[in-house]
Amino acid sequence: MDSSAKLIMGRRSNEPFLWLLFSAGGVVAAMLLPIHLFLFGFAFPLGWLKGPSYESLLALLRHPVTRFYLLVFCCLPLFHWAHRFRFTLYDGLQIKHLNELINIFCYGGAIVGTAVAVYLLWNIP
Amino acid sequence: MINPTEYVPKCYYPRVSTYWWVARWAYLKFILREVSSVFVAWIVVVTLLQIQALTRGPAEYEESQKWLASPLIVALNVISFLFLIFHTVTWFNLAPKAMVVRLRGKRLPAAAVAAPNYAVWVLLSAAVAWIVLRS
Repeated sequence: MDSSAKLIMGRRSNEPFLWLLFSAGGVVAAMLLPIHLFLFGFAFPLGWLKGPSYESLLALLRHPVTRFYLLVFCCLPLFHWAHRFRFTLYDGLQIKHLNELINIFCYGGAIVGTAVAVYLLWNIP
Repeated sequence: MINPTEYVPKCYYPRVSTYWWVARWAYLKFILREVSSVFVAWIVVVTLLQIQALTRGPAEYEESQKWLASPLIVALNVISFLFLIFHTVTWFNLAPKAMVVRLRGKRLPAAAVAAPNYAVWVLLSAAVAWIVLRS
């Protein structure tokens, strides 16, 4: 096998893994994001519902299960975005010559977001 | 070994307009569905900002609540909410197309495959609301 054939096959083998992250993120985004946005984006800040106090929300955030949940909640949908947005640019706007830059921006963004989530959730006082 | 790419026949590809997806509702729907991912990412960013505010103390948290109530962010979140629901519905309705479920040799109708997704969605949403509101 010459190097170019290896390169092609090597590139292909990444795709199922990225697709799996995309798919898992799609499920998390579909199942959990709407209720989170409803509660924390509208109901509490706009006073539709009486939200939990600062102390009780922090106590909930401190719980290891909540931290793990929020890590999954942030990480997987970011990879979902990365994969979908990559193809939006590719198919929708047909920016094909910037393929590598787009990949770095999309998956890199998801990795940075995951790192931020790990940092924040690890360092809860 | 011969480089396989040399043997790809050169075909004629007509130039596709950058705005090909405006022409038909089905195409537009596809692009809107793809764009929903941007709002998914935005909501994750909002969540991360809220976690950060929570860990920095009550004053910072109060500030983040005010920021979330500002007209620009509310408008952005309303659009995000519509896109999130669009994502949820298209995602669940895709399940019967991606997965063929057979019962006693007969293919289950699409609605029967999609319905459990909606049921789990309602249950999970209720569970999240219950845990947050009870705390």
